Amino acid sequence: MLSLGRTGQPQSWGRYPKVQHSQVQSIYWRSELPDLSRFEQPVLPYAYGRSYGDSCLNEGGISLDISHLRRFISFDENTGHLRCEAGVSLAEILEVMVPRGWFLPVSPGTRFVSVGGAIANDIHGKNHHRAGTFGCHVTCFELLRSNGERLVCSPSQNSELFRATIGGLGLTGIILWAEFRLKPIINPYIDMDHIRFSSLDEFFEISAESDQDYEYTMSWVDLLIGGKNLCRGIFMRGNHNQSRALASKPVKKRLPLALPFNFPSFVLNTLTVKTFNELFYHAQLGKSIHKIVPYDPFFYPLLQYQFVVPFANANEAMREILGRIRRSGEGSFLTVLKKFGAIQSPGMLSFPRPGLTLALDFAYGGSKTLKLLAELDRIVLQSGGAVYPAKDARMSAGSFQAFFPGWKEFAQYIDPHFSSSFWRRVTEVKTQSQELVVL
Amino acid sequence: MKVLIAGATSAIAHETAKFFARDGAELFLVARSADKLEDISNDLRVRGAKKAETFLLDLNDLDRHRQMIETAIETLGSLDMVLIAHGTLGDQQLCQQSVAKTLEELTTNFTSVISLLTILANYFEQQKHGCIAVVSSVAGDRGRRSNYVYGTAKGAVSIFLQGLRSRLSESGVAVITVKPGLVDTPMTASLKKGLLFAQPAKVGRGIYQAMMKGKEVIYLPWFWRPIMAIVKSIPESVFKKMSM
Repeated sequence: MLSLGRTGQPQSWGRYPKVQHSQVQSIYWRSELPDLSRFEQPVLPYAYGRSYGDSCLNEGGISLDISHLRRFISFDENTGHLRCEAGVSLAEILEVMVPRGWFLPVSPGTRFVSVGGAIANDIHGKNHHRAGTFGCHVTCFELLRSNGERLVCSPSQNSELFRATIGGLGLTGIILWAEFRLKPIINPYIDMDHIRFSSLDEFFEISAESDQDYEYTMSWVDLLIGGKNLCRGIFMRGNHNQSRALASKPVKKRLPLALPFNFPSFVLNTLTVKTFNELFYHAQLGKSIHKIVPYDPFFYPLLQYQFVVPFANANEAMREILGRIRRSGEGSFLTVLKKFGAIQSPGMLSFPRPGLTLALDFAYGGSKTLKLLAELDRIVLQSGGAVYPAKDARMSAGSFQAFFPGWKEFAQYIDPHFSSSFWRRVTEVKTQSQELVVL
Repeated sequence: MKVLIAGATSAIAHETAKFFARDGAELFLVARSADKLEDISNDLRVRGAKKAETFLLDLNDLDRHRQMIETAIETLGSLDMVLIAHGTLGDQQLCQQSVAKTLEELTTNFTSVISLLTILANYFEQQKHGCIAVVSSVAGDRGRRSNYVYGTAKGAVSIFLQGLRSRLSESGVAVITVKPGLVDTPMTASLKKGLLFAQPAKVGRGIYQAMMKGKEVIYLPWFWRPIMAIVKSIPESVFKKMSM
């Protein structure tokens, strides 16, 4: 269950950074909870280690493995309200609920995240323009604080703690269970269109005509083409299929498209990325194709490093960012473009906001990559955007605090016995020389 | 499918029960902790169990076994399958210092199992169909210095099951000896995890499949069968010097 590295230490999905925890403590039952105040170091909940950077890591501290808290509690067939323990993975919810005609309100790029992690990172999916974030669908949860209190939080009860915990990076206490709304589906299939576009403007055109009528939209993009078109790519849009006849057709078990993250970095050089993107683009021959696919491959490619910029500055920001990436010679293997909608999350520290979001993954190439990403941060900041903490391992404290001006308000709800590598990195005052290393 | 599960809150039992729940089975769950029993029964209900009835019992309380089994039969109407999965991995060092502790381990892991099996065997023999699966252990295949009290109990259970299997085969009832190796559960939380550790979900699937097929002796995962064949073949003169 626990995503432990060869050293027996909790890791994040990007396998960077690698840190040592002083202790890993498993929690097996809600009726046998540890006294969190007795730990001498700060604690942080951890389940499947699907965040990419260091927001799920707690160097020198205690990692509380909640992946054994993976029991369902109740399900209301009439309203779709599901209550389950925080370590239940979204994959398991799909496995149990899809055959009965229910689907997750929000599906992220990987389904192997825990419910607790989905709330703590206030995750989003390809239907953000229609459904908002995961936190928008949470009705209540129970939070264990280090003073032993167990607080049920909802929009009307302990509401500030409710808002702080959604997107709160696991710092406000341990979510023991949560309740949220599933949505009904007729069958497990998605009607999906692939449409090629050859410029950012064209992307905006297709996006404008699709967002209204399609539940799911996202685009794969090739950034390395250069020129005034900025990018080309394939716009994917989908809706849940409505055919009752398909409801009984079994979905083949298939492994999600998993890109190997421990791939030696030389494999991801500019040439291979170009080749991959060339193939991906031309693998689709016609301008537009339509097919009905099982929900698996549609939802779960893997991604890394993500920012959002407001629509007003999107064109200019994209121009600058894409130019900068091209000049650096660093390739992004899988790049995903999407429009975030206007539905506001209750979360105080939530990342999604109206605008254009781009998710990239770079092979870690040492200081060269860090330098590039720090420059991207600067452009995002100038454009009034933000970078996604769940995928970050290197943004500076200054950048974080500018991206999330509400962080000080949020900080008062942090449990005094909780901390993370990420939080210390982006809030603790550093000397000038340490900042320079990051830049 | 109507299934009685003793030791229902054990990780292996719960993982097995999830497969029965998915099939819409009717379950009768027995364990000694009310809180955990409630957690497990709620989970299995959401996963599709048509029924998930609970019975609070410390299985060391042998006097109540008959009442528990009668209640199960009464509640579900009859029994198709039984999984006996309760047990403790006692501290070998403590047992060596204490007769009482040793006997307690033997009661939990052997005597209580034999008590349940004695009552259930007669029920299934009369019914002439069904399946009884018991979680024994690879530890029962050979006495080792590191855990021979636990191993003794499990080995005795395995031998009892051999005889029972032969007897009940006449009545068309399957008796399954389940021999898991190292499984990553709360019971083994204090042990250092290595490559040989299996996830309880995998072991649960193996048990479920064996019960549906009416197997005899299964090792879970499968590679423990050749491993234990080798362990059993080592001469005693050599084995006694090995620190396993």
